[in-house]
Amino acid sequence: MSLWDKLFSFENYGELLQLLQNSIIAGALLGLIGGLIGVFVMMRDLTFAVHGISELSFAGASFALLVGFNVVIGSILGSLTAALVIGVLGVRARERSSIIGVLMPFGLGLGVLFLALYPGRAANKFGLLTGQIVAVDDPQLLWMLGVSTVVIIALAIMWRPLMFATVDPEIAAARGVPVRALSPIFMIILGLTVAMAVQVVGALLVLALLVTPAAAAMRVTASALWVPVLSVLFGTVSVVGGILIALGGSLPISPYVTTISFTIYVLCRIVGGRRVKRGWGPRTTQGGPGASRTALLSTPAE
Amino acid sequence: MSAVRTRDAGLSYGDRVLWQGLDLDIAPGQFVAILGSNGSGKTSLLKVLLGEQQLTMGRAWIGGEPVRRGSTAVGYVPQKVSIDEGTMLKARDLVRMGLDGHRWGFGFAGPRTRRAIRSGIDNLLASVGAEGFGDAPVSMLSGGELQRVRVAAALASNPSILLCDEPLAALDLRHQQEVAALLDRRRREHGTAVLFVTHDINAVLDYVDQVLYLAAGQFRLGPPSEVLTSASLTELYGAPVDVLQAQGRLIVVASSDPSTGYHLDEVDHAGGDHGHPDDARPR
Repeated sequence: MSLWDKLFSFENYGELLQLLQNSIIAGALLGLIGGLIGVFVMMRDLTFAVHGISELSFAGASFALLVGFNVVIGSILGSLTAALVIGVLGVRARERSSIIGVLMPFGLGLGVLFLALYPGRAANKFGLLTGQIVAVDDPQLLWMLGVSTVVIIALAIMWRPLMFATVDPEIAAARGVPVRALSPIFMIILGLTVAMAVQVVGALLVLALLVTPAAAAMRVTASALWVPVLSVLFGTVSVVGGILIALGGSLPISPYVTTISFTIYVLCRIVGGRRVKRGWGPRTTQGGPGASRTALLSTPAE
Repeated sequence: MSAVRTRDAGLSYGDRVLWQGLDLDIAPGQFVAILGSNGSGKTSLLKVLLGEQQLTMGRAWIGGEPVRRGSTAVGYVPQKVSIDEGTMLKARDLVRMGLDGHRWGFGFAGPRTRRAIRSGIDNLLASVGAEGFGDAPVSMLSGGELQRVRVAAALASNPSILLCDEPLAALDLRHQQEVAALLDRRRREHGTAVLFVTHDINAVLDYVDQVLYLAAGQFRLGPPSEVLTSASLTELYGAPVDVLQAQGRLIVVASSDPSTGYHLDEVDHAGGDHGHPDDARPR
């Protein structure tokens, strides 16, 4: 088999597609909630925390695999533990970084230990680290649907106050927003989202879905409406696109997902860079050749 | 009805009394400068009026109602000007937060409500001279631009009082004058009472109706011409203090020996940045 066939193969594509329906639904869900939560991950500067949580989520999942327990639950428990530890102990940015730095290798080490003890197939093992497409069975999908619903409802309820508390905690507190209570609640739904992402893209590459899409969106727009919309769009295109291309090949899905997501980011950087050079468009009220061209790039106001 | 009213209000930490016996009656549209040394309880007074800090004595009302946290009758402009670099948020969205950022939910609205909100925000931006950069990300604004946007955000809920905690501290002289004039116009046109904590009275001296001077656990309240005098401040501090006038600016100094350059602001910051030679220009 040539390298090309290993990378891309579309034989029996229709049948495979049906077989992997669950994975595609799971991927789309993940694109949605990952894109939404990524907006806050970026604004609250929690990129490193996401990475730390995903390693403990991996440890939880591999422990569940070892003892024959539900992997999704194991993954969620690992995630929530990490999210709460980081949330409680790492209030200040510097403390947070050191706590994550301590937690992350420990989680990864535990996970590796549990996987080494696990007698099953190697493909199952590495799926948790690098992503898998065949793994999503019906009960698992139901779990993921449930978790996504919780995350989406929580985000829908607290979107505005959470955004307020994120951008301007002092003024938000003055306005009566429960700034202190929102932080741990956000960490919990972040933990849930990470646990879901670990199921699909694997612990090592969670950032590609929880950070890259939002980071890309924020390169091209500052609109309160378009940042989340684009972020969800980029995230969904990355996961679902990655799964669709990976279907026929014999490789894990994560290289496909991360490549798409990285490409989108690079394109957005280029577009955004040109926009900044021209003064970000709508800022100058005087029209000019530059202003009219940037108007094309500027997103319509909500 | 008073915009702000306090009766026998006092605040202390343990046995350290910041101020006590404070009876304020601030009418709508008044511009009140709050002066005093670091740690004299200026910011704490604002926190009390925001409902974030409990009085240890007495009571306080805003617009006839007891102070409570999160009241939309109170607008707040903080000292901190900067917003985290890389925060991708339009200036108009920051203003919108002042309007309904504390409400739960996404805030989806029908087209008519949306247009109404949008034109309301446009008006607010225009009223602070920020219409030119309403769609620019806040991270790309200068300090003066951002502070104007913050004033617009504080005014978004149409408050009856505006609490400003050294809103000019991070601005250069020209922007200081712009923002001060902006607050003055607002209170004249809308009757919004302005409580303005500052180190430097001079930027707002032309607008101030009353000065609340906090020092040594006591206070003086009254028009600048009565409070900012050598006799009044000497009595307040219990130590000789001179208030000098130079080219329309007020300078508060310890009267022991002004020629040494020892200013009270080294212990109390009453005069803000007046000590710097480059700031001694006429207004």
